[in-house]
Amino acid sequence: MAQLQLDVARIARARESARRIGRQVHEDSSRKTTTTVERATLRLMGIDGVDENQVPLPNRVVEHLRERGLLAHGAAPLVAGAMDAQGMSAQQVAEAVAHGRLAIERPRDEARARALADASAAHMCDHIATQRASRAARIAASGEPPTPWLYLIVATGNIYEDIVQARAAAEQGADIVAVIRSTGQSLLDYVPYGATTEGFGGTYATQENFRLMRAALDEVGEKAKRYIRLTNYCSGLCMPEIAAMGAMERLDMMLNDSMYGIIFRDINMQRTFIDQFFSRMVNGYAGIIINTGEDNYLTTADAVEAAHTVLASQLINEQFAVLSGLTPDLMGLGHAFEIDPALENGFLWELAHAQLVRQVFPEASLKYMPPTKHMTGNIFRGHVQDALFNIASTVTNQHIHLLGMMTEAIHTPFIQDRYLSIENARYVFRTMRDLHSEIEFKPGGQIEQRAQQVLAETEAILAEVERTGLPAAIAKGTFADISRRPDGGKGLDGVLAKADDYHNPFPALMLQGH
Amino acid sequence: MQQAKWIKPYGDTLDDGRVQLSFTLPVAMDDNAKEAARRLALAMGLEEPAVSHAQDIGQGFSFYVVYGQCKHRVDLSTIKVAKPDFEVLDKDEINRLIAEKMGRKMVVLGACIETDAHTVGIDAIMNMKGYNGHKGLESYHEIRAINLGAQVDSEDLVARAIDERADVILVSQVVTQKNIHLDNLTRLSDILEAEGLREKVILVVGGPRISHELAKELGYDAGFGPGSYAENVASFAIDEWIKRSARKAA
Repeated sequence: MAQLQLDVARIARARESARRIGRQVHEDSSRKTTTTVERATLRLMGIDGVDENQVPLPNRVVEHLRERGLLAHGAAPLVAGAMDAQGMSAQQVAEAVAHGRLAIERPRDEARARALADASAAHMCDHIATQRASRAARIAASGEPPTPWLYLIVATGNIYEDIVQARAAAEQGADIVAVIRSTGQSLLDYVPYGATTEGFGGTYATQENFRLMRAALDEVGEKAKRYIRLTNYCSGLCMPEIAAMGAMERLDMMLNDSMYGIIFRDINMQRTFIDQFFSRMVNGYAGIIINTGEDNYLTTADAVEAAHTVLASQLINEQFAVLSGLTPDLMGLGHAFEIDPALENGFLWELAHAQLVRQVFPEASLKYMPPTKHMTGNIFRGHVQDALFNIASTVTNQHIHLLGMMTEAIHTPFIQDRYLSIENARYVFRTMRDLHSEIEFKPGGQIEQRAQQVLAETEAILAEVERTGLPAAIAKGTFADISRRPDGGKGLDGVLAKADDYHNPFPALMLQGH
Repeated sequence: MQQAKWIKPYGDTLDDGRVQLSFTLPVAMDDNAKEAARRLALAMGLEEPAVSHAQDIGQGFSFYVVYGQCKHRVDLSTIKVAKPDFEVLDKDEINRLIAEKMGRKMVVLGACIETDAHTVGIDAIMNMKGYNGHKGLESYHEIRAINLGAQVDSEDLVARAIDERADVILVSQVVTQKNIHLDNLTRLSDILEAEGLREKVILVVGGPRISHELAKELGYDAGFGPGSYAENVASFAIDEWIKRSARKAA
């Protein structure tokens, strides 16, 4: 494989900076929990469903515990205590609370409540481990597709229409189907319930929608003798709950960035750092590949000027992932092909950036995103831009390849847009399959020099972020030119300090061996 | 009366009417489906339609590329597209006009409102960097440009407009599925009306599916579609401000 000459010591120093940055944030945030972490915990103990006003029962119970001043002790042992005292299941406890028939108290026997919560959590961990084993068995039976994997999006707003489109995409050759979420779901402080048919620009992430799409893809995959991976969005105000739902329903990938919500959705950073840790821990345990969102920096900031912020953020995302127990193969670190087509030699810089990322993260399942910012209504030029993106991807051995659509700037894809896009990518990948092992980068050439420059800038910016701390760096607008403050943004009201006797059974079970 | 100027599509000979189109039919590909594609083109007003490409794309769908000769024509001389009536100036000229006529900085508040999370349009107009070599409003020294970003509630936007004494509110709507942008835009304009602010601010909307005509229908002062840059918006804003203050003086 073609390799750039890079300063390995420089990479090590940058990574070491990122490690210290991540550790500092982790230490600060592990003293707190959030309402959605507690709701996710209850979901993992088996609480589901909604009340007569469509308010999810996990929300009802967590609000109840909060009103009673108990939440800081951790929802799990409190609910387990109520289960024990009442002789009820977790679901029955939740229903009783929602109907006003039960007020949860501190458990009489704290140790016994904890043991019960631990047992309930272990039961769910067994289920998730079974789902993980089922995925592994299906993949072993059909074999892994060659990389780059073709990643396609469906976004009709209606889960049943999504299924029609996803099945067509899978039949045409998609390796991964992502169901885009309805615009605005990231700012909902609850997860909608049941099968949904009314979304805007996408479909609501609900556990039932996950289940329906999983079954459809399993069915079409069995016919096509391929395992079709399913992706959703583990981001926004309910990151941990969506991770829990995805783990239960055998999703395979989740968009799950440690900073995306802070920067692009103005979600409070304390909230996000706590939530991303728990959600990644669940994803890691379930064998779900996370996808990080660095590509978004380049839609806001300039792709050449901001190239080093992508690599810096990837290194930070990597360290947060390590802290959550994710192995490198589960790290779908994101980047994008977003350089202005008008720039002379722009394709060289795209190759430099993509190859640099490949070499800094040799084992990661890199996720490469197509051009969006410079896509226009000229679909004919757009198809060429996408072809160049496909070439960069195969030449630099990317792993997860989100297919570009020539109608990107116009509408959510028509069925033929998706077909033409797959045809384009398959053609390029087939005709250039081994090109990457046949060519070399010219030592000291423009591509290598560009990669070295980006690496040097990355080391410098990480040193600076380490000096100020990550929250201050984000406040300064280091990433995507957007500034967010530690006490600003949405969802801060859901952050609370843990009591000394706080207990959550999942970290001990899910982080075993890490 | 202007002289009629009839036009139709051009392939390689004047008035040959040649057009191309592509579409999917929700049936598997076979000879009947292909003939259906041809007849559909005929029904669309294309003479001698020819299906140049037909392909089954799975799950009971088939894809077609069709060429034909459009039998319709339009009289260009009768067309008058609604456009905001102002001259597009360059950045220096805009800055000079603001300084001269307003005697203070113009405050422009930008946001993607309600559920819309796609900031690419508002960023292109507001942010320093701009788009396609056209610098954004942040780079204009006579403009105080405040970009609130994605998913801003209309109430929050209006509250901020009051706080900042905004001269111009610029909203972007990219997501238009099921016409959600129309609801969002109407909502903002209703809130401004209710707060008694509608006459005080210059209200502008932009987006890929936005035309000036649509904007006017929705009660906005101007609408900007694809290919608009910061200088288009700023030129309109200062022009409108000058016209309004002249009306007030009169």
